Amino acid sequence: MATSSDGALVQVVGLKKYFPITQGIVFQRKIADVKAVDGLDFSIQRGETLGLVGESGCGKSTTGRTVLQLYSPTAGQVVFQGKDLTKLHGEDLRKMRRNMQMIFQDPYASLNPRMTVGDIIGEPLEVHNIAKGKEKKERVQELLSIVGLNPYFVNRYPHEFSGGQRQRIGVARALAVNPAFIVCDEPISALDVSIQAQIINLLEELQEKFHLTYLFIAHDLSVVRHISDRIAVMYLGKIVELTDRNALYANPLHPYTKALLSAVPIPDPIIEEKRERIILVGDVPSPVNPPSGCRFHTRCPLAIDICKRVDPEFRDVGNNHWVACHVV
Amino acid sequence: MLEMTWRRFRRHRPALIGVGVIVLFVLLAVFAPIVSPYDPEQNNLDIRLQPPTLEHLMGTDELGRDLFTRILYGSRISLAIGVLSMMLAVTVGTLIGAAAGFHGGGIDAVLMRMTDVFLAFPRLFVLILVTTLLRQLNLPWLPAGSFAPIIFVIGLLSWMSVARLVRAAYLSIREKEYVEAARGVGAGDARIMFRHILPNTASPIIVAGTLGVAASILTESGLSYLGFGVQLPTPTWGNMLRSAQAQMTYAPWTAVFPGLMIFSAVIAINYIGDGLRDALDPQREVR
Repeated sequence: MATSSDGALVQVVGLKKYFPITQGIVFQRKIADVKAVDGLDFSIQRGETLGLVGESGCGKSTTGRTVLQLYSPTAGQVVFQGKDLTKLHGEDLRKMRRNMQMIFQDPYASLNPRMTVGDIIGEPLEVHNIAKGKEKKERVQELLSIVGLNPYFVNRYPHEFSGGQRQRIGVARALAVNPAFIVCDEPISALDVSIQAQIINLLEELQEKFHLTYLFIAHDLSVVRHISDRIAVMYLGKIVELTDRNALYANPLHPYTKALLSAVPIPDPIIEEKRERIILVGDVPSPVNPPSGCRFHTRCPLAIDICKRVDPEFRDVGNNHWVACHVV
Repeated sequence: MLEMTWRRFRRHRPALIGVGVIVLFVLLAVFAPIVSPYDPEQNNLDIRLQPPTLEHLMGTDELGRDLFTRILYGSRISLAIGVLSMMLAVTVGTLIGAAAGFHGGGIDAVLMRMTDVFLAFPRLFVLILVTTLLRQLNLPWLPAGSFAPIIFVIGLLSWMSVARLVRAAYLSIREKEYVEAARGVGAGDARIMFRHILPNTASPIIVAGTLGVAASILTESGLSYLGFGVQLPTPTWGNMLRSAQAQMTYAPWTAVFPGLMIFSAVIAINYIGDGLRDALDPQREVR
């Protein structure tokens, strides 16, 4: 168990997702696994935003999708509203989706080009038997105005909208069923900078209005700091540090977190000049064959002998500041 | 979407001519009794094998029937068989291709091997065998002389190319993010298969279906030509050709006109298919 479970809406225990690499056409045999997510423990409190950061390919998106059971996990548990989602299948799982939704990264790929906005946003209402016909249309129009779009857009197709507007449609779709929990998978990464703030503000407004709980995945550290209550830092399929956002930025403990934070430019030329960058050497190792012991030891400036042999325990070093490092 | 397709289709001149020809054929078939004063099955041995005149636009056949009239009535059956059997083939092919492409794995392997088996059948042989068999059995619910068995058999022997196209489209589209989004929203398999993926596979299906109509018309003509299709005295383009065989040397018009009809209908439909393919493919540049 990682964090305390009081009031936790989502509790993730030992979550793993391996993607098999197969060889052969007729007789496929597994030759290796991509260990995209390799043993995660965290919980998300009701009403909070948990930020999940890490560089490309560290397993952030896989985590989000596996939590929602869009990928079936290789091992571990996801307890949501008292139910272990990994044990649910078929119809039971489908019904649970009424309470948990996702906002996707790419607003161009995540909306069906052959469906109207009304069909897209109305679909969750229909499949969960919430509203039909006229009632559905009214609810869709209400949702459109909630996310700041003109309610008369119902009969338009996604290609008639800009990226920011499309992302608002994606938000409205996620909101339609009144979910308790939304996974935001880099919802702003594909948008223009000028639009990013609008969507972030929208998400914050909605959180307040509808008491939403977010798992917010991003690689932009300043955005994550802005929106999150707590932040988890991922490296190569594992969480290396998890704590309150202010604690993380003021007092990062894990050497990877330090390196990551030191890469953020400061919008003040005088301080920026004094900013010390910790530059990591080498590349991220392959998740097919991750390093032994601590996964970060190949690039860690502080690595000692034990790091190569023993995988550090993810432990609380006080004030709910969790970190996985031998040196700390 | 539709508007753009139409705009691109309009630029395809052969396809437009094709549409014109087919519309003309359909109108002539529908209004055959108004267009022609003759009865297609009424013999009149006094005027056997007359060459084309103003009175008999395409001449008369060996039993003195007006050839133009028989071609009009024959086009009803030829076109109907072409369209109906292709509709059957598209339905079957779409269902099988969708199931195979959507589920993948074992289901895909079994369905696709079945498709291969159907492709390996000697088509004509099976067509002849099954239509003859159905006729011999004298099934009570199948009126004698009905051409339902022909539609059925042609349809069930031409769904394979559609199935392969649809499977390929499903394989690629099921990996799209909007399909994942639909699953995340809580849509079930059937909904994803038919509401989300199917509309995105429409263009190849429409094109294959259109081209398939032409192929079905040809198959029906071939079958009737061999004497296993629609039975005389009901005229079709195929069995008119067959009857013309005997007197082709001294009454060539009896063969030329039905042949021309088959030729122009098939070419027209193929051009329409070409035009649709160009118009529905968003990657193709508008010239």
